[in-house]
Amino acid sequence: MLEHMQQADLEETAMRPIIRPGQFFWVAVASLSILVFMALVAYLQQLKEGLGVTGLSQRVSWGFYIGDMVFFIGISYGGAMTSAILRLTNAPWRAPLSRIAETMAVMSVLVGAVFPLIDMGRPERMIYLFRYGQVGSPVLWDVVAVTTYLTAGAVFLYLPLIPDIAACRDRLGPTAGRARELLYKHLALGWHGTPAQKHVLEWGTTVVAIVIIPLAVAVHSVLAFLFGVTSRPAWDSTILAPYFVVAAMFSGVATVILVTAGFRWAYHLEEYIEEKHFKYLAFIMMALGAAYGYFMFAEYLTEGYKMHQGPGSILELLLVGRLAPLMWFFGIGGIIVPILLVALPWTRNIPGITLAALAVVLAMWLKRFLIVVPGLAQPLMPTAVVVYWPSRVEVAITVGAAAAIPLLMMLFFRLFPIISIYEIEEIAAMEASRREDAAIGSVR
Amino acid sequence: MPISRRELLQTLGAATAFVLTGEVAWSALRQVDGQPAVAAPPAPDAAPKEQHQWAAVVDLRRCDGCKYCTQACQATHYLPKEMEWIKIYEVEDANGNRFFMPRLCMQCENAPCLKVCPVGATFKSAEGVVLVNQDRCIGCRLCMAACPYEARYFNFRQPPQPPKNFNNPMPEFPVPQRRGTVGKCVLCVHYVDEGKLPACVAACPMDALYIADLNTRVMTNRSGETYEMSRYLSENDGFRLKEELNTSPRVWYIAGHGQTIEGEHWS
Repeated sequence: MLEHMQQADLEETAMRPIIRPGQFFWVAVASLSILVFMALVAYLQQLKEGLGVTGLSQRVSWGFYIGDMVFFIGISYGGAMTSAILRLTNAPWRAPLSRIAETMAVMSVLVGAVFPLIDMGRPERMIYLFRYGQVGSPVLWDVVAVTTYLTAGAVFLYLPLIPDIAACRDRLGPTAGRARELLYKHLALGWHGTPAQKHVLEWGTTVVAIVIIPLAVAVHSVLAFLFGVTSRPAWDSTILAPYFVVAAMFSGVATVILVTAGFRWAYHLEEYIEEKHFKYLAFIMMALGAAYGYFMFAEYLTEGYKMHQGPGSILELLLVGRLAPLMWFFGIGGIIVPILLVALPWTRNIPGITLAALAVVLAMWLKRFLIVVPGLAQPLMPTAVVVYWPSRVEVAITVGAAAAIPLLMMLFFRLFPIISIYEIEEIAAMEASRREDAAIGSVR
Repeated sequence: MPISRRELLQTLGAATAFVLTGEVAWSALRQVDGQPAVAAPPAPDAAPKEQHQWAAVVDLRRCDGCKYCTQACQATHYLPKEMEWIKIYEVEDANGNRFFMPRLCMQCENAPCLKVCPVGATFKSAEGVVLVNQDRCIGCRLCMAACPYEARYFNFRQPPQPPKNFNNPMPEFPVPQRRGTVGKCVLCVHYVDEGKLPACVAACPMDALYIADLNTRVMTNRSGETYEMSRYLSENDGFRLKEELNTSPRVWYIAGHGQTIEGEHWS
């Protein structure tokens, strides 16, 4: 009896945004849509007038857009990795988080994958990448890696969603409206929770979870190669690919914390997402932050010790030069303070951890800027460093892209349950049977 | 199971492709191994079969930084001011001497810009000039990041338009430039092939710029001073920029007395 009530509660909470989202939902959707709309207007202006509307120049020919691409695809990685690793290690606490993490992963890679197009001088020739693609070019590696990863991410989101779609179909039925009723019916693929179906689903999910980890590593490695294959002193580093992978995971776990905190508060999920979830995620974030800081230290120490002219002058620019305030803001605000916020027991609570995650997300965006721009601003020929300052168009598009991720997630949760009903039930059932086994064992 | 003819052909094709790739990889390795330590044009028997293999020589002893070359280039190709396909740098060397250094596209044998292009818009012509097909270029600008000589320029805005009857752009003579694509020095191959000098060479009042042909090993400037290229370069200590990057440029420089360029701090 009690279990039935719990199940009803769970479905009620998970489906509430589908049935009646409330006024707050529409206010949030409207304000996020305005930001996205402004980005669209800015992009139309850029299409009309060319990339001259940006702050880019002949030397600094990549700026916000390329940084945004690396950042948004990077945070996607954190969502997919967290979910995949926790699934494969069978961490029972993941259940209420996995849906949010996986949805964030898909939406942010969708947004990130648009940036190469925005940055392109001739976006209408995108098809040439397939028609005339040159396998020797890192751009093509990116195209292949990102599209593969996007497909895998979508499957990874969809598979565990099937039982929940079936639940929507069965529970909401015609009350959801004709269109959604049809949508649920088709997307549920005739799920009835038979043992055979459960077996196939579990097997499929595990395979995708395994596949998505190396894929995500590949995506971020080839993004790093986009920079690493050039002869620019700032990027001419063998550590670049693993550096990018760890950066992606670090910023990604922080984003998972941030969106989880946001949806927990806005959608009243306190009952399912507890402080312990934030603590576990925060520990992962802390470990990744330490790893990233270590990579950075290893790179800068070896370069700084020798001070060869190319890397040396970049180091000077970053540590004591014009960009030093940004760099130190990153090092202190993006690595040390978040680690302390998590490490110290007094701040290791939901507000403290959310604050740490927010700092990490902002700082990691800044770090991408500090990778892309100084690498180009640094002259290779005998001229001065060029200053890049983004234009309003670039800022508007970046802000709109950041707004598009929560917007897409909210619209997605308007159709599909925000927490995985099926997984929570499965894990609860598993634990119940384990308890029963233990009880039987003790009787014997 | 008998193999059908189609299968057999496919297998053979795959095997050939494999052998060819191996061959290419091997020759690439050999090229690195056999790179001459001293920068010198390739021997005639190693040169490709094409009639001409264009190259350039810049005599830094003569350049006075007047920028007539840049102006002539911009006028010829209808370029905006910030696009200096031939650019004059003012350099101060380790001894505090100031001198001028023109930089055109190095027409690298092993061009980094060409390697990174995702759509094959950048290519090397049969005469060894690196060209851009602006009908193909998608404007990703990775080539600009990859070029160690900063010789590539992006058309951020609509470039200046030439008179109407002029409007027949091709990689050898990319006029007018296309917005949203990358452009660069083409060594004026459309002039050179007709026996005329490149715009910059023809405009240089100091006779500091030479057009050269690696096949006939002849270099010549505006005034018609003509030298046997390999001898002139070795007698005058010709060198190439950033030799350590192994890009193998086709532009040689001749330094003035006491001038040092390599290993300089550019800023």
